Amino acid sequence: MPRVVFTANLQRHVACPPSEGEGATVREVLGSVFARTPRLEGYVVDEHGALRPHMAVFVDGVAVSDRARLSDAVGPGSEVFVMQALSGG
Amino acid sequence: MSDTLLVSTRKGLFTVRRGAKGWAVDRASFLGDNVTLAMADPRDGAWYAALDHGHFGVKLHRSGDQGATWEEIAVPVYPEPPEGHEEKDWMGRAIPWKLIRVWALEPGGADQPGRLWCGTLPGGLFWSEDRGASWTLVRSLWDDPRRQQWSGGGADFAGLHSICVDPKDSRRVTIAVSTGGVWQTADLGASWTLVGQGLRAEYMPPEQAHDPLQQDVHRLVQCPAAPEAFWLQHHNGVFRSTDGAATFEEITTVPPAVFGFAVAVHPKDPRTAWFVPAQKDEKRIPVEGKVVVARTRDGAKTFEVLRAGLPQDHAYDLTLRHALAIDGTGDRLAFGSTTGSLWVTEDGGDRWQTVSEHLPPVYAVRFA
Repeated sequence: MPRVVFTANLQRHVACPPSEGEGATVREVLGSVFARTPRLEGYVVDEHGALRPHMAVFVDGVAVSDRARLSDAVGPGSEVFVMQALSGG
Repeated sequence: MSDTLLVSTRKGLFTVRRGAKGWAVDRASFLGDNVTLAMADPRDGAWYAALDHGHFGVKLHRSGDQGATWEEIAVPVYPEPPEGHEEKDWMGRAIPWKLIRVWALEPGGADQPGRLWCGTLPGGLFWSEDRGASWTLVRSLWDDPRRQQWSGGGADFAGLHSICVDPKDSRRVTIAVSTGGVWQTADLGASWTLVGQGLRAEYMPPEQAHDPLQQDVHRLVQCPAAPEAFWLQHHNGVFRSTDGAATFEEITTVPPAVFGFAVAVHPKDPRTAWFVPAQKDEKRIPVEGKVVVARTRDGAKTFEVLRAGLPQDHAYDLTLRHALAIDGTGDRLAFGSTTGSLWVTEDGGDRWQTVSEHLPPVYAVRFA
């Protein structure tokens, strides 16, 4: 099952330790994690399910290309990293 | 009389209380986080705070114990736009159907326990019937075709920043938009009227200057004891209404300048109002580097410039639209600045005390 890791900066707001997800796309895998921790969802994606502008998701080190629908494929042994782009002061 | 202030800043929410030694910060909540607005609900004592986490989006929190603990509640969310629907502002930018910022948060009437109103960027108005556990977009306003002519003032997109619930008839609500004018409902939001005849937009071509839809309202307040009285700080001036916001009269004599963001009205006397002027729209600093408050007590016939206790030497504090507050007596006011100063008066502005000059940039001040 794919492993999902969230940026440490998110831990301050919602507890989200590394975990295993289910599914074959980024949307499915993240959705399975959000189902366990509903409050997490709004921190990563907006109200329409698109990745928030300053968030980034990497699958096995490659940034996802479909930020709106998160349709990028995830393999059974993949690692999904939910990171943030740096901005602001 | 209130002894407690909620001060929302770029780096946290500060509870300021009047203790034995005067006004001082009593507690910091959400330290390090961007708190754009806070509100204390007089009906049940609940406190609300709006946070903008940037990367992680906009959040709302509620406290039932005056800020000792907070619980995250729901935020207003925009629906999916209809399939194929596309709307653009006059600059050609696509208007997002997404929550960008919580920019107004007000309790409903005393007869509407649990009801809250929330104004947002990009312009949506929402209500909650359950203390923020869930929110509903006011479609009658959002779907009005004129709403697509709203546009950003300082921000990229239109913002709904002022919500005035009529204290004598809580079904009557008046809102103001930057930019988008003043709108009013008499039926709890089922239908809306664009009001605000007499407002004038200096920045528009002459033939559109008096179009109520084109007005960049910076802040609108309503007198609790006399709900027909409104005061309005506009991008290019100050206006007053005595007929429930149907029509406004321009006030050109506010010293030392008619530009500014904030306005407060006396809770019992509709003729008394306060402003925190800045030089002009392209120079958003105090006139001559002196922080002052302008006060009228006679319905704008005359004004006083209040400066006792305020910095008068190379002070460049700017006060934003939600950063001037008044308590229920009208004696106590407080205002904060983008350079982190906070001042309080207990005599209607005759004398001011400095609470701090070292807070993070202040976005909003409110008595609890």
